[in-house]
Amino acid sequence: MNATALEKIQAAFPDATCKAVLDSVVIDVQPENLEKTLSRLKNDAAFNCGLMVDVTAIDYLDHPQRRQTRFSVVYTLRNWQEGLLVQVRTPVADPDQGVATATHLWGSAVWGEREVYDQYGIRFQGHPDLRRILNHWQFEGHPLRKDYSIYKGQVCYQTDSLEKEIRARLLENGVDETTMQDINTEIMFLNIGPSHPATHGAIRILTALDGETILANVNEIGYLHRGFEKTAENRTYNQVIPLTDRLNYCSSMINNIAYAKAVESWLGVEITERAKFMRVVLTEFYRVLDHLVCLAAALVDMGGLTNYWYLYNEKEAAYDFISRLTGARLTSSFTRIGGMYRDFYEGWEGDLEIQLRGIEKGIGDALKLVDTNRIVHDRTQGVCVVSAETALSYGFTGPVLRASGVPFDLRKDAPYYNYESFDFEVPVGTNGDIYDRFMIRFYEMAQSIRIIRQAIKHIPTGPVNVNNSQVCLPPKQQVYNNIEGLANHFKLVFEGVKTPQGEWYDSFEAANGELGFHFVSDGSGKPYKLKVRPPCFYIMGGFHKMVEGNMIADAVINLSCINIIGGELDR
Amino acid sequence: MALGLEASLGNTVITTRLDEVINWGRQYSLWPFIFGTACCAIEFMSAAASQHDISRFGAEVVRFSPRQADLLLVCGTISYKQAPILKRIYEQIPDPKWVVAMGACASSGGIYDNYCTVQGIDTIIPVDVYISGCPPRPEAILDALIKIQEQIKTESVLIDRHKDFKGILD
Ligand code: SF4
Repeated sequence: MNATALEKIQAAFPDATCKAVLDSVVIDVQPENLEKTLSRLKNDAAFNCGLMVDVTAIDYLDHPQRRQTRFSVVYTLRNWQEGLLVQVRTPVADPDQGVATATHLWGSAVWGEREVYDQYGIRFQGHPDLRRILNHWQFEGHPLRKDYSIYKGQVCYQTDSLEKEIRARLLENGVDETTMQDINTEIMFLNIGPSHPATHGAIRILTALDGETILANVNEIGYLHRGFEKTAENRTYNQVIPLTDRLNYCSSMINNIAYAKAVESWLGVEITERAKFMRVVLTEFYRVLDHLVCLAAALVDMGGLTNYWYLYNEKEAAYDFISRLTGARLTSSFTRIGGMYRDFYEGWEGDLEIQLRGIEKGIGDALKLVDTNRIVHDRTQGVCVVSAETALSYGFTGPVLRASGVPFDLRKDAPYYNYESFDFEVPVGTNGDIYDRFMIRFYEMAQSIRIIRQAIKHIPTGPVNVNNSQVCLPPKQQVYNNIEGLANHFKLVFEGVKTPQGEWYDSFEAANGELGFHFVSDGSGKPYKLKVRPPCFYIMGGFHKMVEGNMIADAVINLSCINIIGGELDR
Repeated sequence: MALGLEASLGNTVITTRLDEVINWGRQYSLWPFIFGTACCAIEFMSAAASQHDISRFGAEVVRFSPRQADLLLVCGTISYKQAPILKRIYEQIPDPKWVVAMGACASSGGIYDNYCTVQGIDTIIPVDVYISGCPPRPEAILDALIKIQEQIKTESVLIDRHKDFKGILD
C-alpha cells in the first residue's frame, strides 16, 4: 500500500520531499507551502485526510544531526477509510513568527496547536485562542525545549479566571448584550471543578447558563500535567514503561503494550507468536476493565449506585488475576521491549475464564437495570449529540467516534498482532448521543471477551521474549555464570536498547481510541523526543461541541461517558 | 482543635476528661474528602468498594464538600497548577482536620521529579500520615486510617497542631 500511496503523494506535491516511514508517508514542506499542503490533503478526494490525529514540534538543539532550523512542526493526518497515514513536517525558522494555523481545517488543531505553543513556544498565525494549556498561566518559558531544565519548577499562586475566554465563546455562539436583554435574563456562570466529584479527576468546566441550558462552555485542563514527555527524554526505552502505566491508569497494560509495539516497530523486531497472543489477551482484558470502570462511574453520575457495585466488583475481582500475573494491581509494567516481563503462570486459563464469567454476569446484571430503564433512556437518548463530521474534525477516535457512526477501529483498519484473523465485530452507533456512547462500551466488552476466548484457544507455546541480545536481557543463568551474559545485561540496563536514528509514529487501538507515540531517536538508548497522542485529549477538546445547547446535568453524564482519564489527558 | 470550651475551662481535669469523650467520637466518624487527582484515586475506589469496605472503620461518608469533611485524603500527583486548589480546599475544611498523603506522588513527588510536579504536598499543607506505594494497596489506606484514629486518641482540644505551618504558597 505504502509504495503506491507514496507515489500518489509525491506526484501531487512535486516540490516536497516525500518518503515512507513504517506505515506512514512523511512529507517535508517549506513553511510557506504548509497551509496549501494541509488543505489539499484534507479537501482533495484523492487523499481525504479527515482526521488530524496529532500535531507536535521537535527541538533539534541537541540532536547530533544538524538541521537548518532548530524547530520543526509535524502534523499527523489520517484517512481512516483507506488506512492512509500522512505526516507533514515543516521547519520553523523563527518560533515567535511560527507557522500558519490549521484550525480552520480541523477542530482538533485548536488544542493540538495550543499544546505545541505551550510546550515549545512556537506560535501559530491566525490561531483563535493561542494560550497555554498544560502548564499554568503564570509559567514562564517552554518546558519541552531542550534548554529548559527538567527540574525547574515554577510555583503557581492563583488559578486563571477564564472570564475572557468564556465571554469570547459566548460571542462566538451569537450571545451578546442585546440577546441577553431580549431573553430578559442574566447569564449565570457556573464553574465545575477542578476538584469536583463529577469531573472524575481534575478538569475544570466553566459554563455560561441561561436557566439550566448551557450557552457556552470552555474547559481548562493540565491539572495533572506530570511532565511525561520531558521525563521520558531522560529515561532509557525500558525505563519509560512504568511511566506509560500512569497514562491511562484504568488500562495500564494497554499503554505498556502500545508503547512496546511502537519501539519494536522501529527496531524491526518481530516479537514471538506467543507474546503476540499474550498481548492480544491482555489488551482485550484491560479494554473490558477500562469500560467497566467508565460505565460504573457513569452510572453513579446518573444516580444508579447499584450498578457501581455490579461492575466495579468485577474489576476488583480481576485484580486477583492481574496481581498474580504481574505482581501489581494497578500499575502493571508488564511488557519489555522485545516481549513480556514473563510468561503466564500455570493455570492462568482457568483463572481468566472465571474472571470472564464473573464479568459477563456483572455486565448482565447491570444491563438488566439499564437496558429498558426509562430514566436512563430519557436522560441519554438524543442528548449531547455529536455528528460524525464534528467528531472527525475534533480528532475523536475509539468508542466515542464509533458512537457517532464512524466504523474506524485500528484493529480492523490497520491490524497488528493477527487481529485480522480473529472473529469479532466493531459496534457502531447511529445517533452519536450519550446513549450510543454508553451502550457501545457494553457491546465492546462482549466483543473483547469473544476475542480473548479465541486467543486462549489458539495461543501457541514457546518463548515470550525474542532471542536478540541487542534488545532483550539474557536469561539470569547466563548473567550469573558467564562474563558475556553479564556484560550484555549491564550494557542493556545502563545504556538502554539502542534505536537507529530517525523519527516515527506508531498507533494502537486503546480502550479510549487511537493511542499514538511519536518518537525521535538520536541513536542512543533514550528517546530524544517522545510525544504521546492521547485519545481523550482530543475528545475533551471537542467537549464544548457536545454540551452547548444541552442542560448542565447532561454535561455531567456526558463527561463520564467519554471516559476522560487525567493521566492520559494531561500526561 | 478548639471547641470554644477551653477558654473557660482551661487546662483542668474537666478538659482532659472532655478530650477523651470527644476524641472517641471523632475517631470513629471521620468524614473523608477525597482529593483524587490520579491513579491513586482508583485504588481509593477499591478501598471504598465492597471487598475492603472502608465503612468498617466508620469513614465511609465520603464528602465532596470540604466544609462537611474532616479528613483530607490526597490521592495522586499534585502539580503546581493544582497546588493553589489543594491549599484552598484544605483551608475550607473546618478544624479539627487531618491530612493523609496517599502514595509516592503525594508524599514526595514519586517518580515525577520534574518541572511541573510538587515534590510532596507537605510543602503546601501539613500532613499527618504518609502512605507509601505507587499506588498503595487498599489495605494500606485502611492502615493509614487506623493510624489517624490512634493519633486522634492522643490529641487535646487545647492544642492547635499546625499553628506554625508555612508552605510555599503561604
Ligand atoms: S503514587 Fe503512583 S499510583 Fe499514585 S498517583 Fe503517583 S504515580 Fe499514580
